[in-house]
Amino acid sequence: MVPTQYYLVLSAILFGLGAVAFVFKRNIITIFMSIELMLNAVNLAFVAFSQAFGKVHGQVFVLFVIVVAAAEAAVGLGIIILIQRNRQSLNVEKVNLLKL
Amino acid sequence: MIEFLKNFASQNAFWLITVIKIALLLFIVLTVNAYLTWFERKVVAHIQSRWGPHRVGPHGLLQPAADGLKFLFKEDPTPAGVDRFVYYLAPLLALALSLTALAVIPFSPRPLELFGQKIYLWITNPDIGLLILFSITALSVYGIALAGWASNSKYSLLGGLRSSAQMVSYELALTMSVVGVLLMTEKNAFSLQGLIEQQDYAKHVGFLGWNIVGWTRNGFLFPQIIGFICFFTSAIAETNRAPFDLPEAESELVAGFHTEYASFKFAMFFIAEYTAMITVSCLATILFFGGWYSPFPDTHFWYFTHFIPSITLIPFGLWVIYDGLKYETIWGKLVLPVIGFVMFAIGATLVALPAVNDFIQPVFWFTAKVFVFLFFYVWARGTLPRLRYDQLMNVGWKLLLPVSIGNVVLTSLVIILKGAR
Amino acid sequence: MTPTLLIFFVLAGLAVLGALSLVIQKHPIHSALSLIVVMVCLAGLYLLMGAEFVAAVQIIVYGGAIMVLFIFVIMLLNAGEEERTDFSKLAKFAGLPLALALTAAIAAAVVKPAPDIPSQSVIPDATRLISSMLFQEFVYPFELTSFLILVAIMGALVLAQREKK
Repeated sequence: MVPTQYYLVLSAILFGLGAVAFVFKRNIITIFMSIELMLNAVNLAFVAFSQAFGKVHGQVFVLFVIVVAAAEAAVGLGIIILIQRNRQSLNVEKVNLLKL
Repeated sequence: MIEFLKNFASQNAFWLITVIKIALLLFIVLTVNAYLTWFERKVVAHIQSRWGPHRVGPHGLLQPAADGLKFLFKEDPTPAGVDRFVYYLAPLLALALSLTALAVIPFSPRPLELFGQKIYLWITNPDIGLLILFSITALSVYGIALAGWASNSKYSLLGGLRSSAQMVSYELALTMSVVGVLLMTEKNAFSLQGLIEQQDYAKHVGFLGWNIVGWTRNGFLFPQIIGFICFFTSAIAETNRAPFDLPEAESELVAGFHTEYASFKFAMFFIAEYTAMITVSCLATILFFGGWYSPFPDTHFWYFTHFIPSITLIPFGLWVIYDGLKYETIWGKLVLPVIGFVMFAIGATLVALPAVNDFIQPVFWFTAKVFVFLFFYVWARGTLPRLRYDQLMNVGWKLLLPVSIGNVVLTSLVIILKGAR
Repeated sequence: MTPTLLIFFVLAGLAVLGALSLVIQKHPIHSALSLIVVMVCLAGLYLLMGAEFVAAVQIIVYGGAIMVLFIFVIMLLNAGEEERTDFSKLAKFAGLPLALALTAAIAAAVVKPAPDIPSQSVIPDATRLISSMLFQEFVYPFELTSFLILVAIMGALVLAQREKK
């Protein structure tokens, strides 16, 4: 059996990498993908704890997280398409003023 | 040396058997794919009042071999400006995912007893086999989307986008139409072998026990006809076959997402499409048509139906021998009679050895039903006109999805009212 | 090194490589492909932990729908490679060490209460337990998530409309 700490360390590493990508990347879509990576890291922690405690509540919560991530991705990508249409660029540094 | 090999084999028997099964399944599926192309060309041709391939070998039977050689020897150019990694990845992904989906399909309930090992006629039988099949189908959208994007061509991009949008839309109707079948199971089986076992009342009532008619042990539940129609239509759209093949039709978008793919990569997409057809036909037989159960009951009175494989094989083998002897070329005169004789011999062995006959029954019925569905696929291609893209999306979202959801509601209503829970 | 541990290290290594590739790649579609690799590896890890249903849902929903949506948007918007911009020197030199420090802090925080975590057990029949829990204890959040998806669909439809001239 794999000790739970291993899963938690992996989850921490993935979360850290997601945070790094979120801060350093310029493309809006890549930033969005790093948010999904962070959510996945959290899901891994949930399932690891669910296995550790022998209860299935962690897995149920993972289902909810996946659903919320899907809804957020849909709306977020719609907003990204509109930003591209209005500012003709996917560079997040150009989306820094409320006025066009 | 022999002792060492025997020791090694007996200790790692499971892995060795699995590897051999995988190799055998790949070989069989790829051969069936090749001859499926022959079958399709012949049937579509006869529907259109012409002969299909009939020059390359007797009855055109060597046409797939000629096509294979052509694919191997044609030049394989890579267009300029493509994203190399994604361009090479896309057909690989499509082919690998299509072939992987075959790993969970069961062919027979009885294991083969060889060398003291029980060899089941499936590669793996996980508890959530159906979900695994659906996840692999969900991932196969990537092969097409990435192929369309990586080709650096407008037609490919549009074709790829349309194709993947179509696949994603019909996936929903596909999974919803299966939920009716899952509701009819008693022990909440999710594995494909379990789903076939749920229809085992067919041993008493024959084809009335299949899910499409719905006579289970708890009485007559809801016949899953609507579910089957939704499933099969979504499956045809999911595999991008006619009449839903606008994204890859030659007169429309210049072959769509695989425009810029040449010989061998195109062959990979081709094989992926036909393997997906086979997988979906297997799924339709498992879910709705009783899998490996014969349409006749398994009682003493109906024992003569156990000889149906022989009854089909023996006359067909004799006819192939007779037909081969009429040919003038050496292929016709030599090979066809040999094939015919082999068929005749198999048919005769089945009559002579009842143990082998009993073993081959589930496999025979399963393969026969799969071939009927493959014939439906080819028939639909030869008969129906293509749907325009917006009509296609309308059918997927506005017709099939509500109908399949309605099927789920109706099935659950009937099951609760009959008290079968 | 039991087979389970070996499979864990292979999948974990692949996941970390995929995440690194997401950070390093310049073209968004390569980042998307790396993210798909991460998700499939995570699904494999869920299978290793005995959470079969979650693994299947992860591949079908995350890998088969959400990432397809990402790839569609990247293809539609014709996203190109990232441009090199001159961000601040501070970010260049202090960024990576600080990121490593963040990761180390989180990892240390989760490894410390090690003796309190009980031993593992693969939950048998997890799918049935999840379904009974979804429809009995958590039925209210379950229905709310369906409402959430409906609102998200309507929002995406409204956002995607062309402006009426």
